[in-house]
Amino acid sequence: MSMAEAIIITIIVASTPLLLAALGELVAERAGVLNLGVEGMMIMGAVAGFIATYESGQPIVGIVAAVFAGMLTASLFAFVTLVLVANQVASGLALTLLGIGFSALIGESYANKPGIKLSRIHIPGLTDIPFVGPIVFGQDPLVYVTILLVIGVSWFLFRTRGGLILRAVGDNHVSAHALGYGVVRVRFLAVLFGGACAGLAGAYLSLVSTSQWLDNMTAGRGWIALALVVFATWLPWRLAIGALLFGAVGILQFHAQALGIRVPAQFLSALPYLITIVVLVLISGNRLLMRSNTPAMLGQSFVPDR
Amino acid sequence: MRIELIRRPERSKAMAWLSPVIAVALTLIAGAIIFAVSGIDPLRGLYVYFFEPLTLPFTLSELVVKAIPIIIVAVGLALCYLSNNWNIGAEGQLTVGAIVGSLLPILAPDFQNVLTLPLMLLMGILGGALYASIPALLKTRFGTNEILTSLMLVYVATYLLDWLVRGPLRDPQGFGFPGSRAFTDFQVMPTLIAGTRVHLGVILALVVVAGAWFVLRRTITGFSITTLGQAPRAGAFGGFSRTKMTLLVFLISGGLAGLAGISEVAGPVGKLDVVISPGYGFTAIIVAFLGRLNPAAIVVAGLVLALSYIGGERAQIVLGMSSQTGRVFQGLLLFFVLACDTFILYRVRWVKAVHATAVARPAE
Repeated sequence: MSMAEAIIITIIVASTPLLLAALGELVAERAGVLNLGVEGMMIMGAVAGFIATYESGQPIVGIVAAVFAGMLTASLFAFVTLVLVANQVASGLALTLLGIGFSALIGESYANKPGIKLSRIHIPGLTDIPFVGPIVFGQDPLVYVTILLVIGVSWFLFRTRGGLILRAVGDNHVSAHALGYGVVRVRFLAVLFGGACAGLAGAYLSLVSTSQWLDNMTAGRGWIALALVVFATWLPWRLAIGALLFGAVGILQFHAQALGIRVPAQFLSALPYLITIVVLVLISGNRLLMRSNTPAMLGQSFVPDR
Repeated sequence: MRIELIRRPERSKAMAWLSPVIAVALTLIAGAIIFAVSGIDPLRGLYVYFFEPLTLPFTLSELVVKAIPIIIVAVGLALCYLSNNWNIGAEGQLTVGAIVGSLLPILAPDFQNVLTLPLMLLMGILGGALYASIPALLKTRFGTNEILTSLMLVYVATYLLDWLVRGPLRDPQGFGFPGSRAFTDFQVMPTLIAGTRVHLGVILALVVVAGAWFVLRRTITGFSITTLGQAPRAGAFGGFSRTKMTLLVFLISGGLAGLAGISEVAGPVGKLDVVISPGYGFTAIIVAFLGRLNPAAIVVAGLVLALSYIGGERAQIVLGMSSQTGRVFQGLLLFFVLACDTFILYRVRWVKAVHATAVARPAE
């Protein structure tokens, strides 16, 4: 395997969880819900995925468990913010704090245990094509699931009636309610979808990127996913570009030495966060870009009148 | 069966007081369940975790030591949140405050006189305030979301500290271990009660609380903070500038976080170390909400959350509980507080079946 090939594959592995988590959050935000608990849902997915895989010996069981754990965590947020109309910012923070603590508690006895890695697919003939083969036909199954999800979400949001309703709820909940759409129900489902994606992203970390469970192993990726949604100005296909970009920055620290970059390791570790800030500033400074796609009701609670 | 919220004609004063109490009670119930699931007698678990620390002199003094930084940070955050500015990067501002304040004793170890500590504290405040000004300026200048930038800067600050204590600021006589040389004499916070670690920070915290209370209740600045937070348009018509307010509250909350940071390294930690805070900056967010964003109530809330740290340590030693239990309680507590707060503005009606809503009701 050549250096370039190795780098491309590690970039894909680093960006897939970011893309997954961001995609789920994008749907929730399009419905008008700002869920800052991505990090919490993601880490719950990571721990659930690892434990279920470890106990069953089947990564697929782990993946299902992770999706379920993400949705369960999300439903807590959805209940508190949508039914009890609590502040979304504070509730999202609470979800992150709870997720990090709870995952550490239930995962404590699984730390440093050898897990099972989700294997890459191998299609005889296709995967063996030099360079292109391993990159296009030799990824792990979740990479292809993620690509399909990006296409699916794009299609759903902009080509279906359901997507139109979801965006209407996010852009003007009063009008959507007056037209007879269940604002709270649509938002609840959108948040659950966000939780499922974040859970899957977490499983990616504990089943693909690594095959172990580590306390706090998401290390801020949930927050970077939130920033990605802003970067992509709420458009799914732009998320994919953003995720690859952030994935590339994220893995720089592993390849820096080979590339002959001599700076303190801590600087390279801090780089993704610094780049996130720079990118956020560049995007949000552009009013036109922001205004055209930002869901107008983002972060605002809705209490249906009778 | 579903829940329907009905807006109260006015804020329920009773619920405003009861909500944090109910939230704490619910956390205790959830705690009992967690203990039971972990195979520990729930009553004994709750006793060791939440009550025993209040009966022992040592744990009681440690409770105060832990509450100091949490309260100082939370008061600053309360001002932020009251004005609808979401600074969630206090942990980073605390770290940078600790670093900047530590530069004096590390770079000038022989500068030992009564001015040393006040200068250190001042530098800590400046460091935290400057670090907090980054998300504030980005928000006011470019409209960048301050939640994300302030949080990203936490990670940056953590790596900066890690690099400094392993590199440039490492103790040359430290046998290669990370961490600066230990602070001495005039460089440390004086102990207030002999035999304990209770230090000058107690007085600083009380001054901060009293100051914030005064600003909020007795000054135009305080009035504009709450006005801009609750009714931005009214605030704008009243001539208050949102831009200035954002900068002001970020500088105050960052400065206070910095003060907490330097108080920790000059106090219980004793040097600039790899780890200087077990997440005080994040715990302070919970404290700010549990304390209703009210400086006086934040003191009580700060002690409650400090108990979650001390109790966690006790439960670890006595019961063999996971050290992570405390973080679960903290997250649960914030959730319960936020959920209970709904009942200040709304009352809940259980709707049994669909036809119940279809029945015409006289206008209320």
